[in-house]
Amino acid sequence: MATGRSILKRIDWLTVLFYLLLVLMGWVNIYSSTFTDTDISIFDFSTLHGKQLFFILTSLASTIILLSLDPNFYERFSSLFYIISMVLLLGLFVFGKTIAGATSWYDLGFFNLQPSEFAKVATALGLAKYLSDIQTDIRRQKDQWYSFLILLIPAILIIPQPDPGSALVFFAMTFVIFREGLPLYYLGIGVMAILVFVTTLMFGTVWIAIGIALLLLLFMMLKKKKFKVPVLPVTTAIIATVVFSLSVNFVFNNVFEQRHRDRFSLWLRLEKDPQKLEKIRKTIGYNSYQSEKAIESGGIYGKGFLEGTRTKGNFVPEQHSDYIFTTIGEEWGFLGTASVVLIFTIMLLRLVFLAERQKTAFSRMYGYGVISILLIHYFINIGMVIGILPTIGIPLPYFSYGGSSMLGFTALLFIFLKLDANRMKEGY
Amino acid sequence: MKKILLSSIIVIIGIVFLGRLSYLQIFSYTPDLSDDPAIKRIYDYPERGYIYDRNGKLLVGNDPAYDVMVIPREVKAFDTLEFCSLLNLEYPKLIKELTKARHYSPRLPSVLVPQLSKEDYARLQEKMRHYNGFYIQKRSLRYYDTNAGANVLGYISEVNERDLANNPNYVQGELTGRTGVETVYEDTLRGRKGIQYIQKDRFNRDIGKYKDGALDVLPEQGKEITLTIDKDLQEYGEKLMHGKWGGIVAIEPATGEILTMISGPTYDPSLLVGRKRSANYTRLYNDSIAKPTFDRSISFEKSPGSPFKAINALIALQVGAVTPTTAFTCHHGFYIGRSKKGCHCGGGPRNLNSGIYLSCNAYFVGAYKKIFEQFPSNAEAMDAWEGHVRSFGLGSYLGSDLHTGRRGSVPSTELYNKWYGEGDKRWSATTTYSNAIGQGEVNVTPIQLANMTAAIANRGHYYTPHIIKKIEGKDIDIPKFTERKNTTIDRKHFEPVVQGMADVYHKGTARYVQIPDIDIAGKTGTVENFMVIDSVRTQLTDNSVFVAFAPVKNPKIAIAVYIQNGYYGSRYAGHIASLIIEKYIKGEISRKDLEKRMLERTLEREYAKPYSGEEFKINEYDWSKDAIKYQTEAIKDK
Repeated sequence: MATGRSILKRIDWLTVLFYLLLVLMGWVNIYSSTFTDTDISIFDFSTLHGKQLFFILTSLASTIILLSLDPNFYERFSSLFYIISMVLLLGLFVFGKTIAGATSWYDLGFFNLQPSEFAKVATALGLAKYLSDIQTDIRRQKDQWYSFLILLIPAILIIPQPDPGSALVFFAMTFVIFREGLPLYYLGIGVMAILVFVTTLMFGTVWIAIGIALLLLLFMMLKKKKFKVPVLPVTTAIIATVVFSLSVNFVFNNVFEQRHRDRFSLWLRLEKDPQKLEKIRKTIGYNSYQSEKAIESGGIYGKGFLEGTRTKGNFVPEQHSDYIFTTIGEEWGFLGTASVVLIFTIMLLRLVFLAERQKTAFSRMYGYGVISILLIHYFINIGMVIGILPTIGIPLPYFSYGGSSMLGFTALLFIFLKLDANRMKEGY
Repeated sequence: MKKILLSSIIVIIGIVFLGRLSYLQIFSYTPDLSDDPAIKRIYDYPERGYIYDRNGKLLVGNDPAYDVMVIPREVKAFDTLEFCSLLNLEYPKLIKELTKARHYSPRLPSVLVPQLSKEDYARLQEKMRHYNGFYIQKRSLRYYDTNAGANVLGYISEVNERDLANNPNYVQGELTGRTGVETVYEDTLRGRKGIQYIQKDRFNRDIGKYKDGALDVLPEQGKEITLTIDKDLQEYGEKLMHGKWGGIVAIEPATGEILTMISGPTYDPSLLVGRKRSANYTRLYNDSIAKPTFDRSISFEKSPGSPFKAINALIALQVGAVTPTTAFTCHHGFYIGRSKKGCHCGGGPRNLNSGIYLSCNAYFVGAYKKIFEQFPSNAEAMDAWEGHVRSFGLGSYLGSDLHTGRRGSVPSTELYNKWYGEGDKRWSATTTYSNAIGQGEVNVTPIQLANMTAAIANRGHYYTPHIIKKIEGKDIDIPKFTERKNTTIDRKHFEPVVQGMADVYHKGTARYVQIPDIDIAGKTGTVENFMVIDSVRTQLTDNSVFVAFAPVKNPKIAIAVYIQNGYYGSRYAGHIASLIIEKYIKGEISRKDLEKRMLERTLEREYAKPYSGEEFKINEYDWSKDAIKYQTEAIKDK
């Protein structure tokens, strides 16, 4: 068994360093975005940065427990964790506390617990457990459906809160299934669907059809000699694409509500009329516009700690939580934002490396679950804040304000670090 | 493949993010604080500097005014009906102005209604805070303590888009000098506006000073300036110019200070202040016949006529073409080739003295030819002549501190070579004899004439005419205004010419305009002038010109009066000059009947002639009773 002493030697300190860096930078920026001149102490728990500091310290304390538990414990009880999480999510429909329109919290008096944050950890564990089971064969259709179901249940429970952003996170874990052998053309179809969706909105169905025809022509000309065109699949694909494209048009115009349409048109820069654009910027696109502008105003070097004028003026709503990246952009400039992107990139690559070196399937799959969850958060959050993705509200791991997410992400990472630290031990 | 898939995605996302971030933060970045909605600038406009006359009398002061400003982005839905009635505004006008403001900038303030009266302000002040995005900005407007000097003082108006683009120091709604002293001394008069940077939150509330006021700028008061203009003289001169077109410039010869600068017709400077400014300006600007906004005192170029003979006399003396006793005989005219040109001096032998005081054309044409005989070639003679003429400041902008002005013209060898061809036989003194009597290719402005007279009064030098006397009560120390400019004529040659000019008063063409107790030297001029009417070059009534300085010894004032279509020199210009000189030196007018006549008479009938569409007579005598005794002057004047 691993002792407290030896775990210190075996743990991947590089990842811990990145973790600490992100947490520190996150807190500094939360401090800045919630700072007012009347603040006296950083340990003032009536302020958001004071509370966040408390959450960080709690999380750090929790890592000691997480690292000292028997690694078998996580695998053995993963199904239980999963079930408990689902029950907690279900319980929200009865006992949930509503904050800002979303019933996502349990009121514990001193602390609002957001079970969806912990459900992410539990689902990663549960999925890894199921896939690593000796009886599971991912090439089997049935097992594919079961593994999808594991991801679907929490997503379905979270969507009506409503918190569609968090629900999206669970689908990101399909990466794990792909890693373990789900045929890649599922992914290909998914990517194609997104591409067709976006291009339909931007250019219209006619151009999609023309585009496909041209691509096909090019393809055939390149492989002229030996290549036989598989007429049926190709025709099916083209018809399917066009039909999908047409249905996108239909859904967009008839099923979506105006606010959804506005979000998409803002994202894809479809609206060219300056007056309508101005209106969108003031209403549905206010956050995106302000966050982009705040980041832009930072320039290369930023305005300096506590010097961000837009941060001070609270121009970006939710700046301490989902939009925390704007504070970095404004006060630390490109140097700050690029550092954060680089840290996330290196940390995620490091985690891929760690996951790949696992000896057991469970650890590897859990590792991939961790990477998928962190990556989707990082991608969607920063992508939204810098205006290349539509507005989807999910936190930036280790940065955004919030006790549940800080604890959840810490647990997510340190369980994996514990598994990694014990990878050489026989039977852990 | 599957192993590197996730890693590739991570790297691609990183690259996309860095690309987007560098686009935002490096390529789109503009370090402009005015672009920041979190920072509000509050301007504190200093009062514009006062303008005083040479004796410390106030010419221009300030009056408070209030502009209604709008920041389009901050405007919320409001009761437009009530707002319009409060501001006395038509609804379409309101919409138009709001659209204009939005086009200028949604976040910067624009002027919605300029220059409210104090009463409107009092009424509005209470209600203004109900309207988001609107506020009232206090400003000071010009207040004129005189109805004269519009051409000198100039006016101020709101900065336009070009000013804003050219000068980042201005913000919309600010005022800037447009003509005259207001433009030339804009930087001195304007002062520096104070700026406070205020940190705002997204609800547009002030939440404190930006960087604790480290960037704030305190306002700096505009400096007061004292002009060389004599307010009383300016007002008096403008009264005399009533109904007459032309320019008057008086200079103190010892300093080059411009005592008065009158352009007729003119307008009351107060017309270009306040909400009626724009309408009034359009009305003045559109008067393309009388051109009240055209400053004739500095921009009206015409032949100088006979006053220019004084210069020719000086040149003739300088180059040794004549001595004071050299005589030419006048045969009631003179011959250019076979054609005879007339002269009104009465005929007989003329020397320098009588040539000047009787303004004998024959004498000066003779002297002019003699000048040319002093040089081996016509070209050299012309060059020398031109150099002497130019040394009096003619044909140049003079380098004064006036806003506009024209250069005038002095002919040159180059010009005649171009006209007649190069070579000594192509042209000569005979070809260019008009220069001898100031009717040729020489063109001058009234200020140049006055400066030329000042140079004669000083016996050989002048100081660049200027209008600034003191800034903040301190005498100016600008070398170009305090340095003496010497003419190329030796001092000794001036006395005989000055004597001739003095005799113009004693026994010459201006003997009827004498002022008791004041010794004046002057020279009349009657200048033929033409206008193209329906494609026909038509002669109009002569321009009446007069230059003078007084007293002859230690001159205090040098003056040039140019009255369009005033007929012979002493008829209008001479009388007006003598009245101004008397007013300036004595402070009051002893010749009340003359004053009354000059104040009352107008030349409007004369100015209407070319536009009447009918045939008209020129150089008509005025047969009214009191004018009869002045008629004879005319005959001898030309």
